[in-house]
Amino acid sequence: MSFVGQPFRLRIGTFVGLTGSACEAECDKTSMQVRVQRVLVLCMTWPLAACAGQQSALDPQGLQSEQIRHTLFLFLIVAAIVWTAVVIVLGVGLLRRKRAADQPLDLHQPFERRSGRVILALGIATTVVVLGLSLVSYAGQRTVFAKDEKTHTLKIIGHQWWWEVRYEADSPHQSFVTANEIRIPTGQPVKVELESADVIHSFWVPSLTGKMDLIPGQKNELQFTAKNAGIYRGQCAEFCGIQHAHMAFAVIAMSPDEFGRWRDHENQSASNPADQLGKQGEALFRARGCALCHNISGTLAGGQLGPDLTHIGSRTTIAAGTLPNTPATLGAWIADPQHIKPGNLMPKMPLQSDELIAIIHYLEQLK
Amino acid sequence: MAAEPNELRDDVLNGLQLSTQLERVWRTPSGLVGALMSVDHKVVGRRYILTAFAFLLLGGILAVLMRIQLAGPEKTFLSADKYNQVFTMHGSTMMFLFAVPVMEAFAVYLVPLMVGTRNIAFPRLNAFSYWMFLFGGCFLWTSFLFNVGPDVGWFSYVPLSSLQFTPTKRADVWAQMITFTEVAALAVAVEIVVTVFKLRAPGMTLDRIPLFVWAMLVTAFLVMFAMPSIMVASTSLILDRLVNTRFYDSSSGGHPLLWQHLFWFFGHPEVYIIFIPGTGMVSAILATFARRPVIGYPVVILSLIATGFLSFGLWVHHMFVTGLPQLGAALFTASSMLIAVPSGLQIFCWLATLWDGRPVYRTPLLFVIGFIVIFVLGGLSGVMVASVPIDTQVHDTYFVVAHFHYVLIGGAVFPLVGAVYYWFPKIAGRMLSERLGRWNFWLAFIGFNVAFFPMHILGLIGMPRRVYTYTADMDWAHLNLVSSGGALVFAFSFALLLANVVYSLRKGALAGDNPWDASTLEWATSSPPPPQNFDRIPVVKHRDPLWADSESLPVVAGLSAERREVLLTSLAEAEPQIREASPEPSIWPLLAAIATTIFFIGSIFTPWAVLWGTPPMAVTLIGWFWPTGSKEDEE
Repeated sequence: MSFVGQPFRLRIGTFVGLTGSACEAECDKTSMQVRVQRVLVLCMTWPLAACAGQQSALDPQGLQSEQIRHTLFLFLIVAAIVWTAVVIVLGVGLLRRKRAADQPLDLHQPFERRSGRVILALGIATTVVVLGLSLVSYAGQRTVFAKDEKTHTLKIIGHQWWWEVRYEADSPHQSFVTANEIRIPTGQPVKVELESADVIHSFWVPSLTGKMDLIPGQKNELQFTAKNAGIYRGQCAEFCGIQHAHMAFAVIAMSPDEFGRWRDHENQSASNPADQLGKQGEALFRARGCALCHNISGTLAGGQLGPDLTHIGSRTTIAAGTLPNTPATLGAWIADPQHIKPGNLMPKMPLQSDELIAIIHYLEQLK
Repeated sequence: MAAEPNELRDDVLNGLQLSTQLERVWRTPSGLVGALMSVDHKVVGRRYILTAFAFLLLGGILAVLMRIQLAGPEKTFLSADKYNQVFTMHGSTMMFLFAVPVMEAFAVYLVPLMVGTRNIAFPRLNAFSYWMFLFGGCFLWTSFLFNVGPDVGWFSYVPLSSLQFTPTKRADVWAQMITFTEVAALAVAVEIVVTVFKLRAPGMTLDRIPLFVWAMLVTAFLVMFAMPSIMVASTSLILDRLVNTRFYDSSSGGHPLLWQHLFWFFGHPEVYIIFIPGTGMVSAILATFARRPVIGYPVVILSLIATGFLSFGLWVHHMFVTGLPQLGAALFTASSMLIAVPSGLQIFCWLATLWDGRPVYRTPLLFVIGFIVIFVLGGLSGVMVASVPIDTQVHDTYFVVAHFHYVLIGGAVFPLVGAVYYWFPKIAGRMLSERLGRWNFWLAFIGFNVAFFPMHILGLIGMPRRVYTYTADMDWAHLNLVSSGGALVFAFSFALLLANVVYSLRKGALAGDNPWDASTLEWATSSPPPPQNFDRIPVVKHRDPLWADSESLPVVAGLSAERREVLLTSLAEAEPQIREASPEPSIWPLLAAIATTIFFIGSIFTPWAVLWGTPPMAVTLIGWFWPTGSKEDEE
């Protein structure tokens, strides 16, 4: 999947061996196997790829989203029948031949009585249909919100305008923090605990399940199971201020084995810079104030206000799904974040171009 | 009031004398000051309608700006900040400055005529209400033009609207504008209830009240019960912001969800405050153009009342994704869906009426037909939104945007435009052009559906609401482009309506008293009506008086011809009880509104305005209620 403009998309297309339109065709059920294999191959590589329907309630990839689509389609069918019936009755009523005009009060008493009975019957029918739909809805709701005993639990904290993702374990050595990308194992229930650091946000990955709000002072949770490996786009659904439009994220579902390997890797502190330029970048990262807001584990950078950058180099996007993660976009972002996401909370730091290059070089190495 | 022995009564005068005499007594004083003093419900109602439509125009322009911005991916037509202000202003303007006021405005103009009285109850309060509405609306729009327009959505959720996350005055402006509209809406609601209960023409028993008046009565009750909730909410918000109370601050024992409960306890009935008057207009238009009374009169009234009651029991369906308990949410699903039953019954009654009637296809009826087609679709998508699992996907997406525009535009604006075509002859004395009317209808109907239907799909394929932009790879571009095109056509249809009104005011065919051969009392007087509405108060013996007594209506005699008087009747049977003085024109309602406005705006900037702002209000209210006494008391 891609988050952004055309160049990025073409690149994915080339990588997967598909053009944009073929990519969409690729997504139907018959070629699901092919797609899953490709995605598995690509999962740990960059750029990560999937294709159309990336944020659609109509293309469910999880147990919950599938159940919701069943309910939705049933309601749609009932609605379509009712609407068509009303329009037909209206049309026939308007077009049918009627007796020549007489006085408006010259009522058709038999018709009045007969139509009274019909209206009553339709009223009862409406009540029955509506109560039936309520029951169907409740059954669907129980499935969607069913709780599993054994789940992978992670905590998601909404910020203006990015997502903090905490994988917390009993042992602090197995706990780590990342941002804007949520990796989960396929086929196993995942529970996300939702909190907010500032205003109300809403966690929403339509391919996997419906949304749930993140509300300050309240702990909400949501449980879902991804059926297939893949990358599913999610986006904040509750208006949360000036950059609400740019508060996206990715859920990357991978096989349990791969997930385990990723988790082990993620537990480790950031790698030390390999070359002189990288070392220079690390020093500048602290000297220029970046470390006041950003944390990089294993280094002196311990800021908590912005996203954790320990493994920034391995992420697909930057700025909460706004741009693909490339040296060029990273540089553009650091040089002038207010140009890319006006109003976001990262200040513009005065940097010489060689300083900028060193910092980019350093961050790129944080895989 | 004691009758003076030598008082001039209407029974001693002949027709022409009486009409000249009453016009002299009831007319609005001439000149600018006279106009500002007017307490005639028709003058106030006309102003109200025009002002509300001016706000529709402004809100519509904002809608077009948003559709231009969203027509393609990553457009930079509006900045993020401007877009957020624009959608907030669009929602606030349409809900608070157009939809509710315009419905109440039609009621202010029509209800006294339809129940056969000379003025609305509490005419000075009525004038005050209009000025409050005007000043509140101008205040909001001036703020917007000076770049302090609110930007936190028409729903203004905390904590985003709290001082911490909106440190500018933008949210204060919004909260105070709410108070303005509450004052105006509540005042009109009280007037309508009293007018309908006490000022009906003799003989207009409860089961002879026109359906439009019934609809406005139910609406007035909804306003009275729903508005206090938002009043509490917005006052708490501004207290949190200005004097550091902590109603919504979760770190100090408050809770952000309190706002949502209070807001939606008002916000859901609000939808019906807009929709129920629309149904009243539909019933009025339908009966006239189907050439027969609406079938199931009692069913329609019971449906209106049931809708009103149920509308207070389903606010939680706006909060299904806030983590409330699941079983409770499921019960709100059932109650939300149940409101489809009374709404459905009304539709069935209208369909039966059309089926049995002999429809005359004039523009007002076209808009009613458009209403049925669009509103039923919107109602059905409402049933979907009421389901918890479906709502977790579509909540806060374009599906919901599509749904409520189908309900609000289909359910209220289509009947409203039909009502403009229907009652324009009564208000202006001239007919609107039928040819332009047909163009108006078809462009509106097609433009509306092209603009809003694709949004259902956009929501299902993942487009959230309130985003100022989206990227090209999201597959939303084509449908957005189609939608924007439809929006332009829809907007153009309103330009046609405006052109039609401007043209027909000067060149339209003269209407005469009852151009549509309608059955209700407003058509019994001339077009436009004289200041006194009726030379002699009619007596009603039938639900459709002008169809039952097409030659001449029976009338009551004995009202004063030298003072402003209305006739009070009993609540159920509308038996004459007493003659009551109706207030003279006065400048005080305007001055009171100015003082109130200074008080409200001042309090945004300093809490001290509560102290120095009250004396001017007190002075104007004393002036307003200064006991002048009637002339005979002084003598």
